[in-house]
Amino acid sequence: MSATTMSTGVSTGEITPKLGYAATLLVAGLWMVPFLWMLVAAFNPESIGAGMASLVPSYIPTLANFREAWASADFPRYGLNTLVITLGILAVQIVTITLAGYAFARLEFPGRTLCFYLFLLQLMLAPVVLIVPNLTTIAKLGLYDSLLGVMAPYFASAFGTFLMRQAFRAIPRELEDAALIDGASVFQRIGFIYLPLAKPSLVAFSIVSVTAHWNEFLWPLMVINSPDLRPLTVGLASFTRGAEGAQAWGVIAAGTLLVSAPLLIAFALFQRAFVNSFVSSGIK
Amino acid sequence: MLAPSLLFLALFTYWPVVQVLWQSLHGQVRVGGPQAYVGAQNFLKLFADPAFRKALANNLVYALGTVIPSLVLALGFAMALARSSRVNALFRALFFLPVLIPLVAAASIFLFLFLPNVGLLDYHLAKLALSGPNWLGDPDVALWSIMALTIWKNAGYYMLFFLAGLQAVPADAYEAAILDGAGPWQRLRYVTLPYLKPTIGFVLVIGLLNVVTQVDHVFVLTKGGPSDSTNLLLFYVYQQAVENYDAGRAAAGTLVMLALLLAVTASSLRTLERSFGEKET
Repeated sequence: MSATTMSTGVSTGEITPKLGYAATLLVAGLWMVPFLWMLVAAFNPESIGAGMASLVPSYIPTLANFREAWASADFPRYGLNTLVITLGILAVQIVTITLAGYAFARLEFPGRTLCFYLFLLQLMLAPVVLIVPNLTTIAKLGLYDSLLGVMAPYFASAFGTFLMRQAFRAIPRELEDAALIDGASVFQRIGFIYLPLAKPSLVAFSIVSVTAHWNEFLWPLMVINSPDLRPLTVGLASFTRGAEGAQAWGVIAAGTLLVSAPLLIAFALFQRAFVNSFVSSGIK
Repeated sequence: MLAPSLLFLALFTYWPVVQVLWQSLHGQVRVGGPQAYVGAQNFLKLFADPAFRKALANNLVYALGTVIPSLVLALGFAMALARSSRVNALFRALFFLPVLIPLVAAASIFLFLFLPNVGLLDYHLAKLALSGPNWLGDPDVALWSIMALTIWKNAGYYMLFFLAGLQAVPADAYEAAILDGAGPWQRLRYVTLPYLKPTIGFVLVIGLLNVVTQVDHVFVLTKGGPSDSTNLLLFYVYQQAVENYDAGRAAAGTLVMLALLLAVTASSLRTLERSFGEKET
């Protein structure tokens, strides 16, 4: 089930044990470099100039770069906007995917297969692909330059619907039948039987959804005009553009670290749940 | 119960497709004139534009050149780290970290990495008495630099699917193969890969779909330049819509993207159905 707790008898890693491990070490070293640089540069007292490329810190760490990044862009405000966007999307999604997931899992209705394919269409047509007409729609709804405008295209999720559908189908029908006899309404049955039992899938979907929308860039860039409403990603891009002109690489590293930190910290805290949910939400 | 979902899907998925179809066949005949039916004109203009042809070709190179190496790397990571241990958990986390940071943030870091002369790459190459190309400034190199970033960003994500897939391989299959005297490469070829076939298919599909929808790094690193060498379809559409105000050409470009996405999806419908399982009832 879980990627972090598994143990296969004869490990596949044994294919060429020494060669495999040496290669992994080498690649791991390469993989670390960008992070290492971000850390080393962010605390470097010389934000500008030669020596920024060193990966070995040869200085007394300072928070000056963070102070400058903090002062030159309104990161708390951007962070708040991102938080509102991601949680807002998630809240509505949970309602839509639960209802649709139940319909696909338990209800027989004409055109079910057609509906399934219609949902499948959204898996490939991410709203960002349809960026131009979606922007027109958002404008017509009066949502241009608003956080709601950033959120609205994601309120339905085919991926989440399929995930919930699979979770609901694994729940014995007898449980629902018993509640039905007791006179529970369909919403009571969903709320008291299906949702609690589908919690792992719900958690998995939440993590995937939050990560995706936390990191999204192009769509909010198009919808948002006011600097006050920028999410972290859009704020970082314009901040980087400014600091790049000044060659202030230490400040850029600090800003990048500030923007990346929330999800990295969340990952450090909930590593196992994170990894497992990504795996289990992808394929069954 | 489907109504709320269908409402949003209709608003932001189906209706836009209809709009794009309509828009691609219409345009202003004169500058400032009203919208009129112009037939295939937008498409002719689109394919006559060298920038678009370049973006199309780039996107194909970019797709194959990022998805396949990421997939191979991810499989390698997963096999090397399949056994659970503290050290392996650490390595898995390391390869997974790039997935968590926004693509724009990754691009900000790589901006310095690729900086000529003083940047991270050139600085360390110089120590080895080597000199690198102008990573983002040379039209022959820039796309490959961007692809390196994409591989770094995505391989750890695909690794997770392979870690899950490897658990489906029964241990006795390996034992039997070893008894039969199969060497490591034979075990990979005849045991591991056949079991992983569905996972490989799934990763290939989501990889190809991702490749079309992600351009954040292009935005930060090169803006499609130099001379359109790093332009990708979605970025081209963005440019047409936002910078050139050419809605017709943007719509035609979007349709080409849709056609490509449809082709990927249609050719992998069975994989997708198996993953999300409509047919199994």
